Order: sequence, then structure tokens, then C-alpha cells
Amino acid sequence: MGLAKRIIPCLDVDNGRVVKGVQFVDIRDAGDPVEVAKRYNEQGADEITFLDITASSDDRETTVHMVEAIAAEVFIPLTVGGGIRTCEDIRRMLNAGADKVGINTAAVFNPEFVREAAERFGSQCIVVAIDAKKVSAEGEPDKWEIFTHGGRKPTGLDAVEWAKKMVDLGAGEILLTSMDRDGTKNGFDLGVTRAISEAVHVPVIASGGVGNLQHLVDGVIEGKADAVLAASIFHFAEYSIQEAKETMHAAGIEMRL
Amino acid sequence: MSTDNKATVAVIDYGMGNLHSVAKALEHAADDNTQIIVTSDPAVIDAADRVLLPGVGAIRDCVGEMHKQGLVPSIRKAMAEKPFLAICVGIQSLMAHSEENGGVDCLNHFDGNALFFGNDHKDVDGTKLKVPHMGWNQVTQTINHPLWHGIENGARFYFVHSYYVIADNKDEVAGTCHYGHDFCVALARDNVFAVQFHPEKSHKDGLQLYKNFIHWDGKP
Repeated sequence: MGLAKRIIPCLDVDNGRVVKGVQFVDIRDAGDPVEVAKRYNEQGADEITFLDITASSDDRETTVHMVEAIAAEVFIPLTVGGGIRTCEDIRRMLNAGADKVGINTAAVFNPEFVREAAERFGSQCIVVAIDAKKVSAEGEPDKWEIFTHGGRKPTGLDAVEWAKKMVDLGAGEILLTSMDRDGTKNGFDLGVTRAISEAVHVPVIASGGVGNLQHLVDGVIEGKADAVLAASIFHFAEYSIQEAKETMHAAGIEMRL
Repeated sequence: MSTDNKATVAVIDYGMGNLHSVAKALEHAADDNTQIIVTSDPAVIDAADRVLLPGVGAIRDCVGEMHKQGLVPSIRKAMAEKPFLAICVGIQSLMAHSEENGGVDCLNHFDGNALFFGNDHKDVDGTKLKVPHMGWNQVTQTINHPLWHGIENGARFYFVHSYYVIADNKDEVAGTCHYGHDFCVALARDNVFAVQFHPEKSHKDGLQLYKNFIHWDGKP
């Protein structure tokens, strides 16, 4: 008996529609966010994460209304990420009904923003999203670096050190995406997941690369993740959340069934 | 203020932010004869049939704002006479003291304190446990209570907290959870019930608890 590991379906939302990009290109439409969120809620999702991939701020209003609509009907935790750059952005999302916000690029350009946000809203609602890529060559000790702009721009920041710094500044949770794996369906980068999960005292969500249910099991058992995030395997009904939970439970992982 | 003879639930807003999900979940759990009012007006709290004290933010700000906004007399009055539910930091604010923010004196309704899990929290077998305690954990109901009605013993609720309460009077403990060690997650005395978890984020069982609260007559 104890705390369950979490399954978090992720909805990438562009202009009010759920989409899923493979390596952030080749976008497929996966439906209306409110309907998709309700379906996942019924299937037993432990939380839901929205990533607003709309580039322009004009469409941010659409996201606010979408969060309001979902929060009125779905009574599990909601995280909203994408385009969160100021405390005002955070306030709007929390008032719309989000429980947590994901801060990504803004943290890279201004780490103090994480401290400011945590002090103002509490660490429990500040998730720092980290996009990491392996930069060490075969045979070298493992090293991962933070990338921005959908994995295109290196920052020179070591991913493990960066995660520790974010937690010191007040991050309550780390959402770790492997940019090498995202969209590949080859499984999480277990090395970086484990390295970061063991380096910080806050929960770590593994993301990027899930192609089957064994990948979710591996993320928790080998990657030491506290939660696993996946998108396309759920959107296109390859697997239900319930099936995923049963598989993880059968592998000896404590789950909310 | 007209309430069309509806029963009212006052959700106390002490200015710390988002009560959207609490209010929405109560509305979802309520029937047509119940009105949910988010308020910082002591007169509205005094007139309400039931009162819910949410917990938002760090304990020093939370208790500080309750005092600053003149809400403490209404909170004490409500706890003395009508069905009262405190959630999350709300339960911690009802203890004598919390060690958060370097130590804060709280409302002292329940004897006991709120303590930090610690950044080196471990399970009984020595494995590291993350803090905050975040996610779905099983709640053992240690007493029969109207607020547990229709909820399976051992049902999972959603938690996110780094501090937990220790009650001096064990007979006031209504529910426990295990995270490294057993700890209290629900307290009950007379017409007051308090929980550490977030019913508004706990899916069906959370909504059931709110429904139970809306129908509770305040008797244990």
C-alpha cells in the first residue's frame, strides 16, 4: 500500500485541436481537446497534461477557454504548458482551472522566473519541463544537454545539473522529455530519466518515445520515473489507459486501478 | 441577500488564488437545492448552512490572510455550530502549529502540529521517497463517518503536500495513509471534518465526499 505511479496522457493542442507531431513535424489531428480529456478521465487517467503548441499568442485565449471547459467537467489534476513566460500567464491558467503549469523555454532564458513563480504560486503548481538530448558519443560517459526550440537549439546546459538547479529554485516536479526519442516509439531514454530522478527529491515525469506498454513499465522500473507521460499510443486508441494500468500493475508497479 | 431558500455552502476565499476547481466540483456534486458561494465576506460565511475552508499556498500566507481579512472569527463560529470541511493546507491551518515557513502558529482547533516530510524521506526498506507527496494514495478510514459514505475503505485520493499533520488526540483521526510511515490524512470532531487530500481532484470518490458534505447534518 502506498503512493501509486501515475499515467499522464498528454494532449498537444494547436489552435484548439489535439494534434500529435512526430518529432514536432507531420502533425495528425486527434480530436477535440474537451472530448479527448473526458475520455481519458473516464478511462482512469491519473492526470492530464496539455501542451499548447500554438506559436502565436493570439490563440492563447483559445487555450484559456479550453482549460475552463475541461476543468468544469474533469475532476483530476490538469497541467498546462507551452508559452508560459510570465507570472501573469500562470495566473490566467490557474484561474482557468489548471492545477499546475509547465515552464520550459522561459526557465532556460530566465531561471529566476522559476523562483518568482514558485514563491508566488507555490512549488506544487510549478512543473519545469526539460527537453534533453544525449550529446556523449558511444563509449564516452553519458551526458545529456538541454535543447530549446523543439530540440533544434543546444544550450550547453547539462541536463542533470539543470534539473537540480530548477528544483533548488522551486520546481515542484520535473517533466523530462527526451528529444532523441520523442515521436519515435522506441521507448523512453531510460538513462537520463534515471539520472535525473535519482538526482532530485521531487517527482519526475518521463516523456518522449512511448510506443508500447512495456515502455511505460520500463520508465518506472528502470528509469525510476514517478509518472509516465504518453500521447499517440492513447490518442489513436492503440491502447486504453486502463490496459496500460493493468499491464503496469501486473509488472508489480503500484497503480490506481 | 436572496438565496431562494436554497441551502448554501460558503467556500472561503482569503485571496490566495484559485478556488475554481473546488467550486466547480462542489457544483457538480450539488443538487438544485444547493448554492455554492465563493466568498471573503464574514457575513456571508456566518449566514451559510455549510462552510468549506480550502487550503492554498504556504501556511504563513494562508493563516496570515485569514487574520488580515478578518475571517478568523467567522471560521471559529462556523466550526462551533455548522458542518465544516477543511481541505489540504486547510487541515494544517486548524492545527496548533506548523513547522512550515520557519514555524507558524495556526488556529488551534485540533491539538497537534504540521510537520515536514523532509527532503531525505525514505520508505521502510530504505528507498528514497519523493517530496512533495504527490499523486494518488490509499486512504484507510479509521472511523465510520457520514463523509466516508459510499466510498470504499482504501480508495485512492489525490495528494500534493510536503507537510503532514500529527494529531495529539488519536480518537480524532478519521483516516490515514502510508508514505514512508503512516500519517493522518483526515480529522473529525463533532461538526468539523478536515482532509489533507484534494477531493476536487480525486475523481468519483472526491465528488462523493463533497456530495456527502453537502448532505451532512454535522453529526458524527
